Amino acid sequence: MAEHAPGNPQRRDFLTKLAQGAAFAGTGGLLWEYILRNEARASPYALRPPGALAEADFNAACIKCGQCVNVCPPDILKLQPAGGRLPIGMPFFEPRTGACIMCPDIPCMKACPTGALSPALKRIEDARMGLAVIDMENCLSYQGLRCEICHRECPLKGRAITLETHPRQTSKHAMFIPLVHSDACTGCGICEKACPTEIAAIRILPHPLVQGKIGEHYRYGWMDKGEITQEFRPSDAPAPVAPAKPGEAAPGMDYLNAGDL
Amino acid sequence: MAKLRARALPARLWSWRYLVLRRLIQFGVLLLFFGTAHWGWEAGKDVPLLNGNLSASEFAGVLPMTDPFAALQIFLAGHVLQTESILGAAIVLGFYALVGGRVFCAWVCPVNPVTDLAGWLRQRLPVSALFGLSRNTRYFVLAAALILSAVASVAAFEWVSPIGMLQRGVVFGMGLGFLSLLAIFLFDLLILKNGWCGHLCPLGAFWSLVGIVAPLRVRFDKATCTHCGECARVCPEPQVLNLKKLEQTGWVASGACSNCGRCTALCPEDSLNFALRPPIRARHAATLAKAAVTDNRN
Repeated sequence: MAEHAPGNPQRRDFLTKLAQGAAFAGTGGLLWEYILRNEARASPYALRPPGALAEADFNAACIKCGQCVNVCPPDILKLQPAGGRLPIGMPFFEPRTGACIMCPDIPCMKACPTGALSPALKRIEDARMGLAVIDMENCLSYQGLRCEICHRECPLKGRAITLETHPRQTSKHAMFIPLVHSDACTGCGICEKACPTEIAAIRILPHPLVQGKIGEHYRYGWMDKGEITQEFRPSDAPAPVAPAKPGEAAPGMDYLNAGDL
Repeated sequence: MAKLRARALPARLWSWRYLVLRRLIQFGVLLLFFGTAHWGWEAGKDVPLLNGNLSASEFAGVLPMTDPFAALQIFLAGHVLQTESILGAAIVLGFYALVGGRVFCAWVCPVNPVTDLAGWLRQRLPVSALFGLSRNTRYFVLAAALILSAVASVAAFEWVSPIGMLQRGVVFGMGLGFLSLLAIFLFDLLILKNGWCGHLCPLGAFWSLVGIVAPLRVRFDKATCTHCGECARVCPEPQVLNLKKLEQTGWVASGACSNCGRCTALCPEDSLNFALRPPIRARHAATLAKAAVTDNRN
């Protein structure tokens, strides 16, 4: 049996150790990876300071230093402590308790050392921290009451929030319906903070959570002037076809035997 | 130990000088961050004194500092850092490359008092090691942190770091971060001696690698050493005090040494002291000159 004994016990020992080490590293690595993914899972719900990169890029870029938090004049930014609702250590704000006042010089962005709050943001009006969304069932204006506080408080009123009047019967005054426009709303959250309902009926949510996408294949035929894809004049229409006589096949139904092919 | 106990009180107090200094700096740095964040400490009008935390900060509006390990992870996660944070990382890296990489661990890191306390208590408890673990494990954790940063596209260690949880927690809110510190404390106290700082922490591993080049180190005097072993008994990284290596090089050459100063303050013969090690070329020349002298004698 001697010939079946391992040729090199040292080598076998080394290979076993190598496999064990690799398994240990692999298990630990997978566990670590799982923790990271689990931690990042809540990031779509976070409202970030102005100029923040898109979610995945922001997760990669933020060094969790809190310099933006310290320089924020209204002191609304917080760093998420461990074990909280959002991914660890990164800045966020909650508009209901502290809305962004849209400082024109954007101090938080300037304080960011890594560029997670991108200096590409030149005007605070171009910030897109989130988008205001109205709960029609609980908005006072939609119930026919004169509220419109969100519209009045909006720093970009007339652009980010407009009012649409809906006339009603003569015994009641018109409805003044607030509408949010995503091309102007910065997501500062002043509307959410000001909303008088018990739980805010207008709220800021990150864009990916609320915005749909029409898709490339839809055409606005009534808007695409000068982009007619098919010429069609009334004179091009075929002559009307005489109705079929009783007992005969309808015209066109038997054209293969009609003899004019 | 008897020799140490026999020292007069002033001498014993003096032997604690590095410990006291380390604690002052550790808590002082946190206090500067906290004061700037909460009490509006300023270096000038509207210029925050020390804005940020240990991950990245700006001193007096002019001096950016960035944790180079965090910056490296962020770079691997796929983000090109802004000039300010790259400059800050270079400044911090340069500083620790001079005074010793793991000077961060012993003199600045806020987890150090926690693990020191665990180590101090452990000496007084009848605890034996539950299992052995190579002190090189931390280099694998370091490699894993860098690989995972690239794979998961987030700074892998920064997202789970107990150091981050503590130092961020002190300034910006602790949350459940204290649980990870409790875990480290218990691990060090009851499971593995110097478990976190000495075996696992990838930031310590990173600074160990940087520390290899540092000129400020502990110098060993072969002539006076009596091999009493007091130094290795108080050292949290006793393998760096390998006598054979010490006698060969005359220095504590390992990057794992944190320049905490425990051994220098304690050595009854004063054989261990902080000194500046000459750069490699000068050292090489000195060796050659010595060899030449020996040759001439022969």
